[in-house]
Amino acid sequence: MNHRQKEEYLREYSILKNQGKPFWPYAVAKDGAMAAVVIGSIILMSIVLGAELGPKADGTTTTYVPRPEWYFFFLFELLRIIKPPELVPLATIGIPTICMILLFLLPFYDRGPERRPEKRPIATTAGIFTIVAMGYLTYLGAAAGSPNEIEMEPPPSVVAQGEQMVEQFESGKQVVAQAGCLACHKIGENGNDGPGPHLDDIGARVGRDAIARTMVNPTAPMPSYAQLQEENPERFNNLVAFLSQLKGEEEE
Amino acid sequence: MPKLKLPAPPVPPAFKPKPRRPDEHQHTAIDHAKEGGIGAIGWVDERMGASGFGRWLMFRKVPKGTNWFYTLGSATMFAFLNQAITGVFLAMYYDPNAINAYESVRYISNEAFLGEFVRGMHKWGSSVMVILIFLHMARTFFFGAYKYPRELNWVIGVALLILTMAMSFTGYLLPFDQRSYWATVVGVNINGTGPLVGPYLSDFLRAGPDFTATTLSRFYAIHMMLIPGAIAALIGAHLYLVTKHGTTAPPWMKAETDPDLRTEKE
Repeated sequence: MNHRQKEEYLREYSILKNQGKPFWPYAVAKDGAMAAVVIGSIILMSIVLGAELGPKADGTTTTYVPRPEWYFFFLFELLRIIKPPELVPLATIGIPTICMILLFLLPFYDRGPERRPEKRPIATTAGIFTIVAMGYLTYLGAAAGSPNEIEMEPPPSVVAQGEQMVEQFESGKQVVAQAGCLACHKIGENGNDGPGPHLDDIGARVGRDAIARTMVNPTAPMPSYAQLQEENPERFNNLVAFLSQLKGEEEE
Repeated sequence: MPKLKLPAPPVPPAFKPKPRRPDEHQHTAIDHAKEGGIGAIGWVDERMGASGFGRWLMFRKVPKGTNWFYTLGSATMFAFLNQAITGVFLAMYYDPNAINAYESVRYISNEAFLGEFVRGMHKWGSSVMVILIFLHMARTFFFGAYKYPRELNWVIGVALLILTMAMSFTGYLLPFDQRSYWATVVGVNINGTGPLVGPYLSDFLRAGPDFTATTLSRFYAIHMMLIPGAIAALIGAHLYLVTKHGTTAPPWMKAETDPDLRTEKE
């Protein structure tokens, strides 16, 4: 906006303002009505929906479902959509940071004098696109289940290794299910597609020791299972055993 | 804005105050009580001079065409006040250490008088506040209200949005149940992947390389003291600028100059 446009705007605005009504009591009445609606709906939600309290936090157990508050779903979903590991920092920090900077600087790069949404096609389209994208990602996040069960029979290679191996496989499967791995990983038909990689053939791609090392010292954002290893080594070993037996045979 | 005319209350004639007769003296106790309120306000104003500020804030004009979309900002502020008030009452019972935190939240939910209700209001109030702040931002965006001369107010608003999200993130841990604990572990790890400041930020949040007992009290202090103070201060600045520049008129409003001025008088 150049100097003339600024002056024009200020003059026009001061005319409109003078034709308006005083803030008290006219705008205050509207704001008050809106505030009553807001507080009323909060009270209603509190009574109807309540505030649940899950089981106590425990760094050693593995029965948890890491889910953020619903209005962070759109950020969480970005992780699922962007899969390649080298691009994950882009999803976790890159895109949100760029969006934040774009938001902060909006009045500095959009300096045109036009204010009507229909006369600002780029801004209006970008705004609508952002809203639709956030809404869609939030919907995806809400729809994505966090199943705590895995339906999977022990593959023949495990059965061939004897009864003990099958037992270890079964109990490791249970640890994986309870640990909520499926919130981010997919095993066969179970779990969510991302942000983490598929685990179908993890045993074929990575050695048993490497799996154990990753569990203890994972790449962010995956949480570490070091505490489980210290306090319940048997469960930890079952978990590693189960994963190292996943060799993607069913697909072959 | 449609004409809003407040109707006079339907008082029977017998109860209506009668105008004072000129020869009546104002020396009864009721007369003094009536004068008392005005006197007290006058006394304070004489020493503080706040009435000018009050007039500036309340008796400014709101431009023609202002509609219900313009209540979203104040609605967000009321949601914040709801969070502040319910938060104070929750803090009376909450114990920010890793051993007792969960028990104290359980006490609030199950034992304390209206505890679950207040906690529910705080929990759902956060969702409502986030929704309202986004709606308010969408209104500002589509109406082009961030343009000259209100650029700085937009920047403050974006800072308020980020602080609100940070409030949600730090508050989510406080009940200290499984869900909140593990979601926060993952969330802090995500912060850690950021470039340059990422690892430092997650170390700062966790109070060290690992999630420990100190982490909870750190989140509590950030949630209770650091961010609310910043939000309150920024809301003050935001309101100051809104009052100074005035709320925008809807973009399609055109100032109509008085048609009489254009017709030449003969």
